[in-house]
Amino acid sequence: MLLIECPWCGPRAETEFSYGGEAGITRPRDPDALSDAEWADYLFCRSNPRGNHRELWNHAHGCRRWFGVERDTVTYRISRSFELYPAAVPETDAALQSGPDNSNGGD
Amino acid sequence: MKRYSAFSLLRNALSHNRNWRPAWRSPAPKKSYDAIVVGGGGHGLATAYYLAKEHGISNVAVLEKGWIGGGNTGRNTTIVRSNYLWTEAALLYEKSMKLWEGLSQDLNYNVMFSQRGVYNLAHSLQDMRDIERRVNANRLNGIDAEVVSASELGKAIPYLNVSPDARYPILGASLQRRGGVARHDAVAWGFARAADALGVDIIEQCEVTGIEVKNGKAVGVLTTRGSIASDRIGVVVAGHASVLAKMAGLRLPIESHPLQAFVSEPIKPVLDTVVMSGAVHGYISQSDKGELVVGAGIDSYNGYGQRGSFPVIEHAMQAIIELFPIFSRVRMLRLWGGIVDVAPDACPILSKTPVEGLYFNCGWGTGGFKATPGSGWVFAHTMARDEAHELNAPFSLERFTTGALVDEHGAAAVAH
Amino acid sequence: MQAAQANRLREGGRIDRSRPLKFSLNGKAYTGFAGDTLASALIANGVGLVERSFKLRRPRGIFGSGAEEPNVIVQVGEGAEAQPGLPATRVELRDGLIAHTARGWPSVRFDIGAINDLFGRILGAGFYYKTFMYPRSWWKYYESAIRRSTGFGRAPAASDPDAYEHRNAHCDVLVAGGGPAGLMAALVAAKSGARVILADDGTEFGGSLLACGEDVAGAPAADWIAGIVAELGEQPDCVLLPRGAVLGYHDHDFLTIAERCDSGEPVERGLHPPVRERLWRIRAKRVILAQGGFERPLAFCNNDRPGVMLASAVSTYIHRYAVLPGRRAVVFTNNDSAYRTALDLAVAGAAVAAIVDSRPGGGGELAIRARDLGIPVLQGRVVCDVTGRHRVKGVSVAEWSGDSWENISKTAHFDCDLLAVSGGWSPAVHLHSQAGGQLDWSEAQLCFLPSRARQCHDSAGAGNGKQSLGDCLIDGLRAGTEAVAKLGLTPIAIEAPDAGSAREAPIEALWRVPAEKEADRCLKQFIDFQNDTTVADIRLAVREGYRNVEHVKRYTALGFGTDQGKLGNINGMAVLADVLGKTIPEVGTTTFRPVYTPVRFGTVAGESVGALYDPVRQTALHEWHEAVGAPMEVVGQWHRPWYFPRDGEDLHTAVARECLAVRNSVGAMDASTLGKIDARGPDVVKFLERIYTHNVGRMKVGRCAYGIMLGEDGMVMDDGVMARLGENHFYLTTTTGGAAGVLNWLESWLQTEWPELEVYLTSLTEHFSTIALAGPNSRNLLEKLGCDIPLDRESFPFLTVRAANLAGMPVQLFRVSFSGELAFEINIGSHLALQMWRKVMDAGREFDIIAYGTETMHVLRAEKGFIIVGQETDGSVTPVDLGMNWLLSKEKDFLGKRSLARPDCLREDRKQLVGLLSSDQRTVLPEGTQLIEQTACGVLETRPVPMCGHVTSSYFSPSLGHPIALALVAGGRARKGDNVFAALPGREPLPVEVVSPAFYDPKGERQNV
Repeated sequence: MLLIECPWCGPRAETEFSYGGEAGITRPRDPDALSDAEWADYLFCRSNPRGNHRELWNHAHGCRRWFGVERDTVTYRISRSFELYPAAVPETDAALQSGPDNSNGGD
Repeated sequence: MKRYSAFSLLRNALSHNRNWRPAWRSPAPKKSYDAIVVGGGGHGLATAYYLAKEHGISNVAVLEKGWIGGGNTGRNTTIVRSNYLWTEAALLYEKSMKLWEGLSQDLNYNVMFSQRGVYNLAHSLQDMRDIERRVNANRLNGIDAEVVSASELGKAIPYLNVSPDARYPILGASLQRRGGVARHDAVAWGFARAADALGVDIIEQCEVTGIEVKNGKAVGVLTTRGSIASDRIGVVVAGHASVLAKMAGLRLPIESHPLQAFVSEPIKPVLDTVVMSGAVHGYISQSDKGELVVGAGIDSYNGYGQRGSFPVIEHAMQAIIELFPIFSRVRMLRLWGGIVDVAPDACPILSKTPVEGLYFNCGWGTGGFKATPGSGWVFAHTMARDEAHELNAPFSLERFTTGALVDEHGAAAVAH
Repeated sequence: MQAAQANRLREGGRIDRSRPLKFSLNGKAYTGFAGDTLASALIANGVGLVERSFKLRRPRGIFGSGAEEPNVIVQVGEGAEAQPGLPATRVELRDGLIAHTARGWPSVRFDIGAINDLFGRILGAGFYYKTFMYPRSWWKYYESAIRRSTGFGRAPAASDPDAYEHRNAHCDVLVAGGGPAGLMAALVAAKSGARVILADDGTEFGGSLLACGEDVAGAPAADWIAGIVAELGEQPDCVLLPRGAVLGYHDHDFLTIAERCDSGEPVERGLHPPVRERLWRIRAKRVILAQGGFERPLAFCNNDRPGVMLASAVSTYIHRYAVLPGRRAVVFTNNDSAYRTALDLAVAGAAVAAIVDSRPGGGGELAIRARDLGIPVLQGRVVCDVTGRHRVKGVSVAEWSGDSWENISKTAHFDCDLLAVSGGWSPAVHLHSQAGGQLDWSEAQLCFLPSRARQCHDSAGAGNGKQSLGDCLIDGLRAGTEAVAKLGLTPIAIEAPDAGSAREAPIEALWRVPAEKEADRCLKQFIDFQNDTTVADIRLAVREGYRNVEHVKRYTALGFGTDQGKLGNINGMAVLADVLGKTIPEVGTTTFRPVYTPVRFGTVAGESVGALYDPVRQTALHEWHEAVGAPMEVVGQWHRPWYFPRDGEDLHTAVARECLAVRNSVGAMDASTLGKIDARGPDVVKFLERIYTHNVGRMKVGRCAYGIMLGEDGMVMDDGVMARLGENHFYLTTTTGGAAGVLNWLESWLQTEWPELEVYLTSLTEHFSTIALAGPNSRNLLEKLGCDIPLDRESFPFLTVRAANLAGMPVQLFRVSFSGELAFEINIGSHLALQMWRKVMDAGREFDIIAYGTETMHVLRAEKGFIIVGQETDGSVTPVDLGMNWLLSKEKDFLGKRSLARPDCLREDRKQLVGLLSSDQRTVLPEGTQLIEQTACGVLETRPVPMCGHVTSSYFSPSLGHPIALALVAGGRARKGDNVFAALPGREPLPVEVVSPAFYDPKGERQNV
């Protein structure tokens, strides 16, 4: 059972959380401008890396906040948890904030 | 191939078993092949076998990074059934079922396919509606299926808790009598032996590290044992499909998750069928060795670690005791995990790709074992003819663009 | 009675001779003492042959003394308290204990199955893959015979009377294993101020110390253990868990321990039975693995005969249980540790006929001590065969030069009734490996040692490859001290106690003794005793191409027994390496999977079984429903009243009455399980516009609307009525099953995608209850109840909401209808709901009010063609399919909208919602019936038959007097008036007419009055 650090509540057992999949998948601003293939990529395709993965977790049985986690999908080691939209935006999170419309992140 | 039989057992026993031949050779990889199958699991080996047997393409290499059958083939709960809801899926799995029914004889290797029946339990009125719908569809698709009442269940499965006082009382079930279980390792070995006998090179300890694409065409693979050329490459690597796709610059609608299972210590026969419950998330059978084989739910997070989280095991255990209170004192011996590749509609991808000559067979999620022969059969067709067989045409990558998904989540709500 | 225990030593041991215990095995009565295990008591009674092996049915006796015991797996107890699968070495003896073995017919001594042993050559590894294939239909008979022959015990035929629980704990240092190293580690950690949990699988702490005759700190080992345990007990934050098996080392330093809470004695079970086993779920900051090691056997002919035992087990029986397993013993070893056993045997009064040491140079200091006692020591010799069938009678000894695998011949014979064997030691690296730690092969010690850790763990003592007692104590102290330092605490200084350590000669790499016959002809050199896996089997596997260690294991079943390879795996790998001409580390190790020792299903499940399996949710009105005897429908966790039978009515009669009552007068339904979400904030309109498909912004305050939400894939996800309570304030309802999911869905969009929107969502599902009043008299009923707002059509029109005071209680009144009748929904604080319901029922008596349940609700809504998400939809249905285009705004984007424009969603022949009428006016189509075309009816004999749709809902309509059904039919909306055919099992296909789904009051006039 993973030990996940909620940015607001601290480290808690995995059973308090629910998983939200890959982080950084931004909903296109103008879906109608997308081809079917581009829309399908946003809808279904995921980077699914073997290794470092930026992913979403929700502290469902706690503060109910969503946040980001960087976790290795092989060792399951978590290198950090981060707020998705911190008040002061660190450089490294800029991509999450203002990724292009059809950015699907990537690893 | 020297045939296996009771007679060959006797004859070899007389010579102290010194004259058995290897079930498959360990050849060094050649410079090039007519076709390469990446992944030596059941599906990959079956693909190679049917390429040789059905399409006469025997200059084939199966490249396996570890040992054959070491991935999900050797880690699943061995359930075989074909009672899927949608016609597209049902016909594909039924093709597989038909192949299962003659597989031991076809391969001359006893895969111990045991048609002891598969029950899918219903715990709510909506479950019963879904079961009626699926059973009716199965029958029209030529797949054996029946609806069983709770009282019939009580008689057919002696220790199943059919009490109306259960937390989630069992209202009935669907039954596919032709469903059952098989010996998972034997499936890989049997296909390997039969494919080898037809000339296929099975190359273990050979990891593919790159896929070479020139002008939009696949031309070969890079491996830990050198580069190997082929203009026909089928990738059948289950949980690692996304990793291989990336080598060819492709993105797949696939996510890899841990899926766990466990067995009990061997006990005397007590359960002679397969029982699955979507509502309480558990499924169970008893192996020929006497172990209760239990599948747990899928872990929520992406993972390539072949291990999951313990609460998932606890939940599966609670579900099993809910269904079979008498198993509370039986002891868990061993638990393990595999890596399942899950597609958005819980259906496989058996498809050509934007790269010419590169084919993907993945997305089987929690239920790929049952499809092993059928998957290999249609995928061999797809690789040999460069076009899908009508059975796997609905399972192309294009469906995610057009929206023509085959949503089997209802049938796959519980891992199997 | 005591005379019966012929092998019991007169003194010593950790048994209580004042407490004799009676027990039985396979119906035969014996006695033992408190403190015995079943195994030690059997040996005390001279029971050598106990069981038959699994495949070859060879006679077997007790081989080990702990979790590694492969041979004697018993069923303990009877009836509901029967426990299958226990090694006799781990069964604590208690008075009246009844045990059975699994095999042996008619008896263990005369087992008819022993004939298998004669056919060992045919029954080699994997023989079953090569036969039983013809004729195909016979497999079920073959298989049935195979199944009957397997298994170690039976599941009890009744429910488990025992209680279990889970307990969560955190600690600074978890010490797994309470032997010399573990005790030292726990001591220094606890005394340095760390929160410590010390768990040991055994009934008492001490580990290997309980089975040796050595002194620690100048005192007998038992006294030293008692002192340390007492000291640990005094520490403020130290939890001691004897009978606590550490099962698994999972990710993020999460470990599980199965604690057996008592010795297995019968307990009183009242209303609250005592917890029998407890699963500890522990998150540790540091973990010290000190689980000792497992002694390995050696492979030689007939090494499985009763009377062949592990040397360490022999010592354990002598020291811990005061049992002498043989009168005249031979010790066979490739290392020094077994010399201790020889000394133990001699001191205990057995004759040691010889120590057979494979090493040409023999042993170290202990060998000198043995010679001093007059024990013959043979160096450069091996035991190559064992005589005796049901009990060792003697051993054959041969010369061994250490480098030849040529056949050897017997040079001497020794009579004996016990052969103590030691092939060296394997550290218990299971948890280290489970945790992801690496293993390194030690050529000096001939074992895998734990090396780099992946999580926060360290190994200590014999589990870390330390051999002498003194080294183990020092290593435990080291590990404890380092753990404390890593935690940032200051370790206190403790001296390791003095303990004996003898200079040892190195172990020799002997795994298998060459046989007189060549290896493939010698079938009796067992590697995995439980699975009857022999050296010849491993050689056969390699010959057949199964060369990877995992293939060999799976092909020969090596290591798949109940001991999980603790006994035989390393030996098997060594034999494999030899056949392949590789080294052992080249062959590799195998994966260690949880669990370390088997654990009851019940223990893993904990409390969450039976009534506690899943919470039951009940509405505030549940008490009333129960009092009138309404059957319940299970809807997710909810229990909802299904129907309200009167005077023994069945479902259909009751529902017909309820339906007509609603259509003709008034009925009340408990709709409290609907999800309710309060949504407010300055951006709430903008937000809901993106969620719902209709134009939310156009709704005026006080208006209600039916809304649907789609997944991004365009498929209908949930539906419900939403109301605008204020400019920036909405009240959303969801389906019963969707309540939690929808709230999470909304929150996820708000938090991860649109954080700029200021919207606040609150679940009100439990806070408010909903009473639906439906029927032409519903307004009259409200008026009778006393309502402070005007209820007429103009003042309170359809699809509006008003705050009101009803019957003296504050409510929100919704004019919405799920039945097509004039209807109101009373939303009221759950604390007042029952009171309101009673007033409603009292006041309604004048109108012959009835309560109705989910079934009548379904019939009423189906008569109107209203859908149920999850019944008419299945995740593959778009709003267009349902004929809800009117709900899809063209002026805005909303979730899922883009997907509706994909080619497949635009197909004309998608399955669409329609109504169906049975042509015979009689048949209520079973829900789930598949529909086919007339053209398909002619080809029913051939499969597959194309299907064009299916029935989603189907009822007899009491109001209309005929059956109705809703269905999804390909291109159905354009086919009104057409016939399709219901493929009814066992009947001729029944023509059904495609009609509009709105069967009743299609213009919707009744709800608008």
